[in-house]
Amino acid sequence: MSQSDKINTPQTVTKTTGRVIRPVAVSRARQNSFARRTFFGFTLLPVFLILIVTIALLVRSWPILNAYPLSDLLFGDVWKPTDGQFGFRPFILGTFWVTVVGVVLSVPPCLLASIYLAEYAHARLRSIAKPVLDLLAAIPPVVYGVWGLLAIVPFVDKVLAPLSDRWLGSVSIFAVNQPTGFGILAAGLVLAVMIAPLIISVMYEIFSTVPNDLRHASLAVGATQWQTIRNIVLPQVAPGILAAIVLGASRALGETIAVLMVVGNIPQIPTSIFDSAYPLPALIANNYGEMMSIPLYDAALLSAALVLLVVILIFNILSIIILQRMMRQKWAS
Amino acid sequence: MGFLMKKHWQRRHLMEAFMKFIMRVSLVIVAGALGLILWIVIVRGLPALSWAMVTKIPEGGYYMGKGGGILNAILGSLYLASGGTLLAMIFSVPIAMYLKTYLGDSKWGHYVRLSLDVLWGIPSIVYGAFGFTLMIALGMRASLLAGIVILALIELPIMTRAMDEVIRRMPVDLEHAALALGSTKFEVALRVVTRQMLPGITTAILLGLGRGIGDAASVLFTAGYTDRIPTSLMRPTASLPLAVFFQLGSPYPEVQQRGYAAALILTIIVLVVSLGSRWLSARLNKYTIK
Repeated sequence: MSQSDKINTPQTVTKTTGRVIRPVAVSRARQNSFARRTFFGFTLLPVFLILIVTIALLVRSWPILNAYPLSDLLFGDVWKPTDGQFGFRPFILGTFWVTVVGVVLSVPPCLLASIYLAEYAHARLRSIAKPVLDLLAAIPPVVYGVWGLLAIVPFVDKVLAPLSDRWLGSVSIFAVNQPTGFGILAAGLVLAVMIAPLIISVMYEIFSTVPNDLRHASLAVGATQWQTIRNIVLPQVAPGILAAIVLGASRALGETIAVLMVVGNIPQIPTSIFDSAYPLPALIANNYGEMMSIPLYDAALLSAALVLLVVILIFNILSIIILQRMMRQKWAS
Repeated sequence: MGFLMKKHWQRRHLMEAFMKFIMRVSLVIVAGALGLILWIVIVRGLPALSWAMVTKIPEGGYYMGKGGGILNAILGSLYLASGGTLLAMIFSVPIAMYLKTYLGDSKWGHYVRLSLDVLWGIPSIVYGAFGFTLMIALGMRASLLAGIVILALIELPIMTRAMDEVIRRMPVDLEHAALALGSTKFEVALRVVTRQMLPGITTAILLGLGRGIGDAASVLFTAGYTDRIPTSLMRPTASLPLAVFFQLGSPYPEVQQRGYAAALILTIIVLVVSLGSRWLSARLNKYTIK
């Protein structure tokens, strides 16, 4: 008998010829309900952890939320903690730009690659693609940062910036004002690669929820495979695709170290994708060391974390609910 | 009419070929990015890699180009990741079992899975900030223990969901057979599900380890950084990602070089863990009933 039986039901265990007899049914039922309650207790942890994290951050950032109106914090332009000025606008805009550039660069190739993997690829290619994606997902952020520093920043500086300056210089969001290579575009490129494995694998899963009968019906009336995908498959999975993109965006929003290494970290309102920016996670990570020495500084940084958390929670919950619903339809069918 | 039909036929097939082509290009771009990352890290990291890097702790003046290595960070990361994974295991195995045997597709099971997925998406910098608030509340300083606890929270959803996905594929018949013989659900969980879950557990452990070794933003707040090898749970500890990060921030080229080498070491460890998990779970999958 296993050990747990002995521990839980010592009074019912009797020994005959050195062998432990099975405990009677009643105590096994009791053991079962004890286990059920213990296990249930464990599941409270993930459910309440989200609440606990939010409340803890809220409590620690309360001093600054109390001292300044929320609109001053979120839309204030000036960040001077030593003067008691805490405007998050440059950082929020920095986060926004970096995320948008990353997602815009990442989604088209990811969508196409996942369609190919789901609809065209042979089993052999799929079995290679899966480990490659897993590897991409397993590479630590700091290594992406090193790659960004060594490859992407020089590439932006030497290749993309001169090209853009020559052909698109008159369009303000492509203007090269700070030719260093560090900036939103470099961070966006690094993020695009970082979120690709997540987006591709979620999209791939989503494509597999479409019943094959639909594809066969379309192909049987003479549609080409691409026509089938465009007219039958894509409309079916559109909400899931959107959810995958939002999930990717929320991953990009919170990325810290890799972005921090290539984005330039200048608190300004960016006007071009070649500008430096200073996203919220980078702000938190760069200043944690001195935050106890200036009044309200720690509350300000933790409220930055809170803002980040709230936005990401909203993004995540929406997209995950959509995805879970689609996956459940698949299980049901 | 025949002419029109022919033209139509050509255009859509051209489209088909074109779409197929750009899809293949996209796939090559994504795969190429992985190759490029590995290539850059190897090419730049290899020249600075030396035996001293992995066997010595930083000596005086290390951050100005003098001798020493990053054994403190390598060991620190291993301590952090294994501690975090062990702690996360204690919670994730029962949760995954409970999800399978007791909850199935019930409402509460749905909420638990939802919250695990949401937790998965919370960035490590937020966990780090949360850990920091906990440490203030408890009057703790940056320590190995704090790092382990926060890493365990980060790894918990990853590991639980990995096990959940594997165990979901267990045939219902197995469970029904055990129940029909009079087992309680707990006995099903303990004797049937555990064995079927074995490949899932190993995958989860290695996923957790990989994530724990690579995570930087959370340990920045909670584990701190030191040049010594930690001797107690209450001491701060170095970690590999931060070793890479700090050395790259140095103005000395020799130190930056060693940062690249540290990135290579980190990449090798993570790749070994990732490939090892595939190999191991494929092996263990042979011993489960499908």
